[in-house]
Amino acid sequence: MSLTLNSKIPSGPLEGKWQKHKASIKLVNPANKRKYSVIVVGTGLAGASAAASFGELGYRVKAFCFQDSPRRAHSIAAQGGINAAKNYQNDGDSVHRLFYDTIKGGDFRAREANVYRLAELSVNIIDQCVAQGVPFAREYGGLLANRSFGGAQVSRTFYAKGQTGQQLLLGAYGALNRQIAAGTVEMHSSTEMLDLIVADGRCRGIVTRNLRTGRVESHLADAVVLGTGGYSTVFYLSTNAKGCNVSAIWRAYRHGAGMANPCFTQIHPTSIPVSGEHQSKLTLMSESLRNDGRVWVPKKKGDTRAPGEIPEHERDYYLERRYPSFGNLSPRDIASRAAKERCDAGYGVGPMGLGVYLDFSDAIKRLGLSAIESRYGNLFDMYSNISGENPYEVPMRIYPAPHYTMGGLWVDYNLMTTVPGLFAIGEANFSDHGANRLGASALMQGLCDGYFVIPYTIGDYLAGEKPGASAADAAEAKAAEERAAKRLGSLLALKGKLPVDHYHRRLGRIMWDKCGMSRSKEGLQGAIQSISALREEFWQNASVTGGGSELNQELEKAGRVADFFEFAELMCLDALNRNESCGGHFREEYQTEDGEAKRNDAEYCYAAVWSGRASGGHELSKEPLQFENVHLTTRSYK
Amino acid sequence: MNLTLFVWRQEAASSAGSFVEYALDGVSEDSSFLEMLDMLNEKLVESGHQPVAFEHDCREGICGSCSMSINGRPHGPKRLTTACQLHMRMFKDGDVIYVEPFRAGAFPVVKDLVTNRSAFDRIQQAGGFVSVQTGAAPEANATPIEKDHADEAFDAAACIGCGACVAACPNGSAMLFTAAKVSHLALLPQGQPERSARVAKMVEQMDSEMFGGCTNHGECQEACPKGISIKYIAQMNRDFISAAVRKARSLRGAMRAQ
Repeated sequence: MSLTLNSKIPSGPLEGKWQKHKASIKLVNPANKRKYSVIVVGTGLAGASAAASFGELGYRVKAFCFQDSPRRAHSIAAQGGINAAKNYQNDGDSVHRLFYDTIKGGDFRAREANVYRLAELSVNIIDQCVAQGVPFAREYGGLLANRSFGGAQVSRTFYAKGQTGQQLLLGAYGALNRQIAAGTVEMHSSTEMLDLIVADGRCRGIVTRNLRTGRVESHLADAVVLGTGGYSTVFYLSTNAKGCNVSAIWRAYRHGAGMANPCFTQIHPTSIPVSGEHQSKLTLMSESLRNDGRVWVPKKKGDTRAPGEIPEHERDYYLERRYPSFGNLSPRDIASRAAKERCDAGYGVGPMGLGVYLDFSDAIKRLGLSAIESRYGNLFDMYSNISGENPYEVPMRIYPAPHYTMGGLWVDYNLMTTVPGLFAIGEANFSDHGANRLGASALMQGLCDGYFVIPYTIGDYLAGEKPGASAADAAEAKAAEERAAKRLGSLLALKGKLPVDHYHRRLGRIMWDKCGMSRSKEGLQGAIQSISALREEFWQNASVTGGGSELNQELEKAGRVADFFEFAELMCLDALNRNESCGGHFREEYQTEDGEAKRNDAEYCYAAVWSGRASGGHELSKEPLQFENVHLTTRSYK
Repeated sequence: MNLTLFVWRQEAASSAGSFVEYALDGVSEDSSFLEMLDMLNEKLVESGHQPVAFEHDCREGICGSCSMSINGRPHGPKRLTTACQLHMRMFKDGDVIYVEPFRAGAFPVVKDLVTNRSAFDRIQQAGGFVSVQTGAAPEANATPIEKDHADEAFDAAACIGCGACVAACPNGSAMLFTAAKVSHLALLPQGQPERSARVAKMVEQMDSEMFGGCTNHGECQEACPKGISIKYIAQMNRDFISAAVRKARSLRGAMRAQ
């Protein structure tokens, strides 16, 4: 079926849309709020802030996370910072500039109205977090400090050393705890969503498995909110946590929710390079390091000298050379591709030749060792733990790694998917970052959606619904539970030879090679075939040990990897459909003479929204993107 | 490198566990400790055995999921390092390594190396927050905070909630964890209005769980992967006594008024 995509963007001038919308959407009477129940899946920045805010408003909330505590959701690992248009530095920042930078950074593939709202609300986030006791970095005068981040020419990033995500999440976790204590939120940790319950065309709840006991049960509610993050682990090796997965949003897709731009994935330029076959994940070195570090490779191909022995005039500071006005602070997609270009051409460093230097020696000379230590101490420690090298003395080696996914469930201005009653927030939706996300914008979006958007917009939906479950809902819940149990049964029946991780690793390799930093028609067509063959083999020869009614980590992984096999195919299909290069999506056939991305606004200025066909296969619908407030320009950082 | 591992295997909370010996060859010294366990698990699955269950997620030392002791020490031999950040170059070829779950009365074993640390969440729910509604916050720069105070609050807030402090304590005490949480907010102006009530409620919750008391061994500080100082325990004790005195005074006042 083709989807009806009504984005519900309010009319009128950009600056007034959100205010106007808030004034015109329906409200739920305070006395009636407790009659409505809301399920929130995921307790990262988006999920925890939404669940806490719903609880404060008086809704009955159930929150779920697969980790053993909501505080361990992967937002905790975000390092660098959070953007807000406070203009505390008096350097010319404004809501409009943050809006423009985000639209441009996203290579003109995001919705104007959503991005403007994000920029507008960014200032409230900082106020909220400071009030919660988030210990942001401060100046000696006692006021908040800022730093600059890739893709921006103003200092608008707020940070707490290299642990900004942790501190923001602990703030949201505190707000959530307050509601748990008040009895408005019922928390279910170590519990994974297996499926959605959809009855009469509306989302009515979820089916879950308690990961400690194996118990499968259903939970009914008047609305379901997915804050389940992104799908970078489709590449197996990524900077995401091992448990991150696509399952919740893929289950939503299978129930008819549109999936938008799944091929828009972000490859982060500064991760520690792979050291061997044993590698299980990649560790990010915050982008903030590029404020003081200079990126270079030797000018001579295959130069094996130690970095300290390569004289200044034999070094190629290729970002500064190619992009003189942004230099080392070029946006992520650009910096990543530039690193790949140098390594592919044979100039890479390190044992496998897949690395470039990030050198702090100039900054240490200029600012002193202690200044660098106070800015990046924990990151330097992490680097030396992993690599065994001391970055104060030897330049770091870095290489791009999958980090964030801009694609996700299609949502309207109210953050509702194409399934009524099902909402998606944070990284799980597609709405704000277009084809490439700027640094320090993910935390901003997660908290913006959770604290300041969905608490209003969910009311607009609920006000039109009668609270409580019907007999039809209960019947569908039972059927969904049975389907979920049957699927678990088929995974437990996998008694082949090889562990699930083996297949995940191979799937990741295909995706990285063919649907990673650069893509081609031929490669993608081949990938679709390889994925399908590998999926067959997985269902024949994977092994899942243990039983269903106990803690069984192999079973958990098998369910997630099985969903990745289906999702990966759609990702390739989307990349194949988009005959242009934009943001993180680089198609080799579409580039300028000097290797820059070549966008095709005439034909691809739309969000590609996919839906599953009943007969199998996927169907494409399009949401045209209209730019009324910015001119579509070629994105240049030169 | 070739290793001999003794890994704690326990089917469920109710069953008895024991160390099981495994020989593991060809481990890369660049791999992390958890990657070494992944390797063991893949071999176990390939030979039809159940893999070792262990908690992990971010694998970059921040989520606090890892909960294993290595050769008797929570998170292993390297200071300021979680198990996931521990790399095999810390060990030598031929080493014998013992791996077991965090041991503490308040952290019952769920399976193998997985423990139940929900007591930490309950301590936080008792009062580890500032009561501010979404939307009710004043302008962020309205209250300047002395940089030293902000930094000290940050150092306390760096706690990842892993529980190594409890596992390292001979008494299984959660004083360092609770103190870090209490101090983070006690050091900031935003935390002042609820300061007394917070410390009283959190300590009460801590006491109601199966944690032991603090007898100043200082092992918690040694084991903490984030280097959280026991000075925060002193800070919490001070706040706790002051809260208790205040409460007693206000009760006495109430009686007089009758």
